[in-house]
Amino acid sequence: MAQNEDDDYEYRIKEGDHIVLKRGDVYKAVQIQRKKKVIFEKQWILLDNVVGHLYSTTFEIASGGTLQPKEDKETESSTDVKVAGTDNRNIVDDGKSQKLTRDDIETMKEQGLKNEEIIQQLIDNSSTFNNKTEYAQDKYIKKKKKKYENTVTVLKPTCRIIAMMYHGREPGKICHLRYDTLAQMLTLGNIHAGSKVLVFETCAGLVLGAVMERMGGYGSVIQMYPGGGPVRAGVECFGFPAHFHDMLHEFPICHVNALLAGTLDTGAKDPTAVRWLGTTETSIIAEEKHLNAAAEQEQIQPEAERQEGSPADERMETNTGGDAGQDREKLEREKRQEAKERKVKLEEKRRKLAAAAALLEGRNADGLVIASQFHPCSVLLGLIKFLSPSRPFVVFSQFKETLIECYTKLKEQGGTVNLMLTDTWLRHYQVLPDRTHPLLLMSGGGGYLLSGMTVATDHSEPPAEEPAPKRQKVKDSEG
Amino acid sequence: MSFIEYSNLIQDGDVAIVHLGHNSVTAVKVQHGAQTQTRFGVIRHSTDLIGQRYGCKVTCSKGGWVHVLHPTPELWTVALPHRTQILYTTDIAMVTMMLELKPGSVVCESGTGSGSLSHAILRTIAPTGHLHTVEFHQQRAEKVVEEFKEHRVDHLVTVRNQDVCKDGFGVTGVADAVFLDIPSPWEAVGHAKAAMKKHGGRLCSFSPCIEQVQRTCQALTERGFEEVRTLEVLLRVHNVRPVTLQLPDFGPDSSSSSSQATEEAPPSAAPNPASLKIKTTTPPREMPGHTGYLTFATKPRT
Repeated sequence: MAQNEDDDYEYRIKEGDHIVLKRGDVYKAVQIQRKKKVIFEKQWILLDNVVGHLYSTTFEIASGGTLQPKEDKETESSTDVKVAGTDNRNIVDDGKSQKLTRDDIETMKEQGLKNEEIIQQLIDNSSTFNNKTEYAQDKYIKKKKKKYENTVTVLKPTCRIIAMMYHGREPGKICHLRYDTLAQMLTLGNIHAGSKVLVFETCAGLVLGAVMERMGGYGSVIQMYPGGGPVRAGVECFGFPAHFHDMLHEFPICHVNALLAGTLDTGAKDPTAVRWLGTTETSIIAEEKHLNAAAEQEQIQPEAERQEGSPADERMETNTGGDAGQDREKLEREKRQEAKERKVKLEEKRRKLAAAAALLEGRNADGLVIASQFHPCSVLLGLIKFLSPSRPFVVFSQFKETLIECYTKLKEQGGTVNLMLTDTWLRHYQVLPDRTHPLLLMSGGGGYLLSGMTVATDHSEPPAEEPAPKRQKVKDSEG
Repeated sequence: MSFIEYSNLIQDGDVAIVHLGHNSVTAVKVQHGAQTQTRFGVIRHSTDLIGQRYGCKVTCSKGGWVHVLHPTPELWTVALPHRTQILYTTDIAMVTMMLELKPGSVVCESGTGSGSLSHAILRTIAPTGHLHTVEFHQQRAEKVVEEFKEHRVDHLVTVRNQDVCKDGFGVTGVADAVFLDIPSPWEAVGHAKAAMKKHGGRLCSFSPCIEQVQRTCQALTERGFEEVRTLEVLLRVHNVRPVTLQLPDFGPDSSSSSSQATEEAPPSAAPNPASLKIKTTTPPREMPGHTGYLTFATKPRT
């Protein structure tokens, strides 16, 4: 049995874990922190109690928002009324069928009645319930259950759950990328362990996280990012083990042209610095100088901040008197410490940039995944240059028109085959005895994909005419 | 070459995908001295393929050319020899994500069929996962074993030649996910549950008919599966092409000046002033309207 305990260890919820709360079809990702309250489905809950329980446990929300593991799941039998009508010819909507008032229900809730008991009360006090058909009764109970339900299930995050959560909660943040579309991207991109994949996304890190999950910590992912830094909120939700982050690299998209031209100086931190240093001064001395300059700049910053807070400092000086000199010394030390930290950070950033650049320089990446709010055409044409021949790429866009342009440009430029512009259509079904049908509501659109495969562009031959047999074939198939 | 690892150069014994244009591909087993006939002429393996880079353009004897691609499960799906009806990439993608497959996953599958899904599963669960696949048709089981060996993924898969509805998957308490593509999946639900880890896992059943779905859902609920969801996913292909639309002639317009009229004429309309060219997509005349219903469920901890 001791072994059994060990078996369970990885399935237990621990403090600091990233988890997903679920009720019905609603998900919310949170991190477990002691004494931290989170709001879920209009209820405050405290997550302290879930630590130590197994993942996928369902909890009941008690007063004060604490969670208690639900005892038994078989409470269905409590509402077995077996009198039912055959049709609704005698059911009149007079608004008076429910004899309980709003206040009555509120009082019941305040008394701490279980939701099953409240539902039973509602049924007992409904004059039309027994006349409803069996199916209508079932529907009534389900609806009420959903309303008075106060349970929550704690899940381990996976790509499936997080993609569904983002699509349900914040589709705007992920460019309306539906989960089935994301699934297509991962498959069309042949994302798997051991490859080197480029990702450009502005989907809060969801796409990046999905790619990382599929690679399982093997290989490398290079996140190409716009602006000041990569967005990875979605990646956090996955709660990856630390070693997954070793495979993750980042490269600012503003350096792509320099890298392609071979003029990228990985010693420089930002584009302005590249100008300062020029391309010839790549010696360590120059880098050092730059670093020192940057560190000094950073030094000025905290000083300015400190001056704002000077009244407090002065007060302290008058209070403690003799400690003033010490204080100043401490300040100096802090400043030096901060400068050192900055330098270390800068060094780290430079090292990361150099590492990412080294990965890209060979132009032998195995896959390219693009999903952003930027115009995909320039992104695709810029980044596809980093791919080896015979490697898949996939571009997502919320709009079809942008991908039509990509398609046309790629056709003109050559170097790709198997170009496909697609979207997927997703339909959910209600499957119940004698009541099976598609769900009444379905998602209108989950975006479009352009996928294809790179091939070698031959520079030796001129971009000659297509050979006769091929031309003929193309004409045949088009006609 | 391997279906789970990219390599740059084509070698003797590889399986290469020859791209003949317009989504037409065939799989070729590369062998010294061998030849492959295409409609553009012959490809001589020793000179045209071996030692060349994947993605290269090969000029065939008749002057036509083809591209030689590195195999992937997706290319294999469109190139493989059919021994049964197969699952295509759109459904495979959905199955992979909804079953939460990733490197290290242990998966049970039945039937193996032509191995279309099997290759995609192997790609995803490599290098540390394992696939236990069950095929009751002896010849098909033998054939697929041969293919796994050729594709250098045999170390990740065990093929069992037995009836999954009677004998189960041949393993118990090991699977993170189970996939069923058999005529009577409801008869295998119990075995599926037994094959899955004590801590739980995901199940998917693929059925073309709604009656099959109905019975499967019932069996799943009876066996204590949770989160039973049925869905369908369809691929829509958009053919990109320029379209020319004619503009009607309303006759001379007396209300506006003649100079304005010429300005408004579209620039692309030079040869025929009464038409407009737009870049758009057209749907294919026919498309697959139904492949199968996908039913997913979660096995809770037992």
